[in-house]
Amino acid sequence: MKNIIKVENLKHEYHKYGEDGQVESVHSAVDGVDLEVQPGQFIAILGHNGSGKSTLAKHLNAILLPSSGSVFVDGKDTKDMEKIWEIRQTAGMVFQNPDNQIIGTVVDEDVAFGPENMGVPTEEIGRRVEEGLKTVGMWEYRSHSPNKLSGGQKQRVAIAGVVAMHPKCIVLDEPTAMLDPVGRQEVIAAAQRLNKEEGVTILLITHYMEEVIHADRVIVMDQGRILMQGTPREVFSQVETLKEHRLDVPQVTLLAHELKKSGVKIPEGILSIEELVEALTSL
Amino acid sequence: MIRDITIGQYYPADSVIHRLDPRTKLVGTMVFIVSLFLFRSFAAYAVALVFLAGVIRTSKVPFKFLVRGMKSILVLLMITVVFNLFMIQGKPLLHIWRLTVTEEGLLTAAFMAIRLSFLIIGSSVMTLTTTPNQLTDGLEKGLRPLNRLHVPVHEVAMMMSIALRFIPILLEETDKIMKAQTARGADFEEGGLIQKAKSMVPPLVPLFISAFRRANDLAMAMEARGYHGGEGRTKMRPLKYERRDHAAYLTLVVYLMAMLAAKWIFGF
Amino acid sequence: MSIKLEHVSYIYSQETAYEKKALDDINLEIPDGQFLGIIGHTGSGKSTLIQHLNGLVRATEGTVYYNGENIYAPGYSMKQLRSRVGLVFQYPEYQLFEVDVFSDVCFGPKNLGLPKEEVERRAREALQQVGLKEKYYQKSPFELSGGQKRRAAIAGILAMQPEVLILDEPTAGLDPKGRDDILDQIARLHKERGITVVLVSHSMEDVARYVDRIIVMDQGRVRFDDTPRRVFEHYRELESIGLAAPQVTYLMQKLREKGMKVDTTATTVEEAKESILAALGAKL
Repeated sequence: MKNIIKVENLKHEYHKYGEDGQVESVHSAVDGVDLEVQPGQFIAILGHNGSGKSTLAKHLNAILLPSSGSVFVDGKDTKDMEKIWEIRQTAGMVFQNPDNQIIGTVVDEDVAFGPENMGVPTEEIGRRVEEGLKTVGMWEYRSHSPNKLSGGQKQRVAIAGVVAMHPKCIVLDEPTAMLDPVGRQEVIAAAQRLNKEEGVTILLITHYMEEVIHADRVIVMDQGRILMQGTPREVFSQVETLKEHRLDVPQVTLLAHELKKSGVKIPEGILSIEELVEALTSL
Repeated sequence: MIRDITIGQYYPADSVIHRLDPRTKLVGTMVFIVSLFLFRSFAAYAVALVFLAGVIRTSKVPFKFLVRGMKSILVLLMITVVFNLFMIQGKPLLHIWRLTVTEEGLLTAAFMAIRLSFLIIGSSVMTLTTTPNQLTDGLEKGLRPLNRLHVPVHEVAMMMSIALRFIPILLEETDKIMKAQTARGADFEEGGLIQKAKSMVPPLVPLFISAFRRANDLAMAMEARGYHGGEGRTKMRPLKYERRDHAAYLTLVVYLMAMLAAKWIFGF
Repeated sequence: MSIKLEHVSYIYSQETAYEKKALDDINLEIPDGQFLGIIGHTGSGKSTLIQHLNGLVRATEGTVYYNGENIYAPGYSMKQLRSRVGLVFQYPEYQLFEVDVFSDVCFGPKNLGLPKEEVERRAREALQQVGLKEKYYQKSPFELSGGQKRRAAIAGILAMQPEVLILDEPTAGLDPKGRDDILDQIARLHKERGITVVLVSHSMEDVARYVDRIIVMDQGRVRFDDTPRRVFEHYRELESIGLAAPQVTYLMQKLREKGMKVDTTATTVEEAKESILAALGAKL
């Protein structure tokens, strides 16, 4: 199958300039990352702040361009300036701060912003706005002011705004970092529904481990490189490595790991309460 | 307190006035304001009062909402009235201490008070019935001819609408920052003018930084959603004059004629 | 020595169309040296509640006592109260404003009118308490990482040497590493200096790990007020108000349903492990 995203030996450097205008120091935020994503996949990218995960994300939508290496979105090179608007339409992006990405003063006007930029005909925009808002369950709020919504609702409006652009892939850059548990669930549920029902490729960047256990593949980043990747089970069976890098492990996974260390014969990489109950009661 | 200002607030309701094209409302408001200054007569102002009352009635905006907006400019209104009352030369009516109230002064002050209140209420009606986005859309389309003079009309309209969206957010943030600094022993109430001005620096710095950070984030989000200026942009709700707009323009003409007649017939 | 609230109610935007009761007849006492957790979903009144504790918000009804004194009594010094009851707001790093970290931390003690040497001594001590190394003192807050910035901001409150430290979501937006660092430091302060800590949080796991007592807020009222174990027993009610117990609580409940003799009030991984091992041991 053709890749929707292909990243080849991507490096991204930030230059810090001294007072004389000369380069004082160079910091590699992304340092040699290779990544291939097939259409319809749900990919989760984990890592600390400063691990390079957000920098990587911004390359997938041509907001940042590689210092070296290449990024292809649906076969288009992000360095190709003529294709930039096509790339941004193919790979939509949702950011961390819900307040700082809503442009409209009314919910539906905001969702229409993307399609308007693309030059979608008027009648079609209305249809897309309705579709986008209904997908995230925010249609009843279409004539509300965004300022009156909760964090989770604002993020869902932001997702609707991207959905209305009909992207093949949506990159969510820590969309839940500023939300409360209810808001986090709302946003993750919306992303999962888009993936399952509409077949949209999802790249979810987060540091909440509970949010990644349903992903097809988990990628853990550290210091600009990919530290480990695999299915959630594969990644979470390496509890010691994760702890070493001071990354979180879901409570049940950690408990299962501790029990196993104490000699209880249960499998590695337990991800859910049900699995652990099953393993413990069938001993 | 800042929240009491109703100018710039939107009152959601379903009325003919709400549904009018924003350009109609902009032109209407402008004509109304100009008419207040053009026809200086009590009879004409009576006509204006009837017109304004009719518009407010149709707009379904509760009267007390408008009155609350007036409160915030009451001081300004008083000052204007007092100034006119005492400063205008003419036939003396009354002496208070060393000040003299003249007939002309009284008349001018009354005119001024009526004009200003009508002006504020009139423009409030417009902003209360038009969303900021519609307003900027109206300005953008209405001012499009200026594009030929290389005035970046679209950009200015976009800036206005973003500013309107972020005003409440930044107000809330100011409140939060000031509270946090109060918790650190800062005092914004005490001291003289200089002391007070000085104490405003600590909250202003983080506020500016936050505004810049938000602007940066927003620019990135807009780019990510394919924004590249006004060129090739379509609209979800393009502005189009409907029958009600023609009717509104007609009403406006009738209003102007009534003003003219009132001034001409009664003359004062 | 304590904070005491008697019949405290607070109404937002009173007598306008937006009137809203944010707090509804709150009665509670926070004794000295307690580590208290306050949980509740967004809009439950928890942020409004903590702003009453240092007099930032004045109750519409009811009274707040600090060490037995009515803080609304005429002549009571609010400034002094605020130095004793330190409140760290959400995302406090966004309020840093000085050119360097050290001067920013000095802001609080300086406002208390202390002599310069004392101000600087306190600032240095506070920065040590949050574990910020000396090489960061002269740096601009912008050069610090998110976690470091937040610690600098917390030091800004600690430098006033409060007797009570209130933190509103001190870990919001931080990664797991930054979160653990901050919570561990707070726990240490509580243990070593014996200060009263009030921790407002969304994270049940965090709260369960550190606090002695939990207050659950819902619609401006106190719904539960007890030890973590006792509170999380009501996990079904917690769910109905948009909260949830730690994952471990659910696990223990399910195991019990399946007939395992485990302690259903376990709230941390360690407690659960002990209980499960004991139950398995009895069976084997």
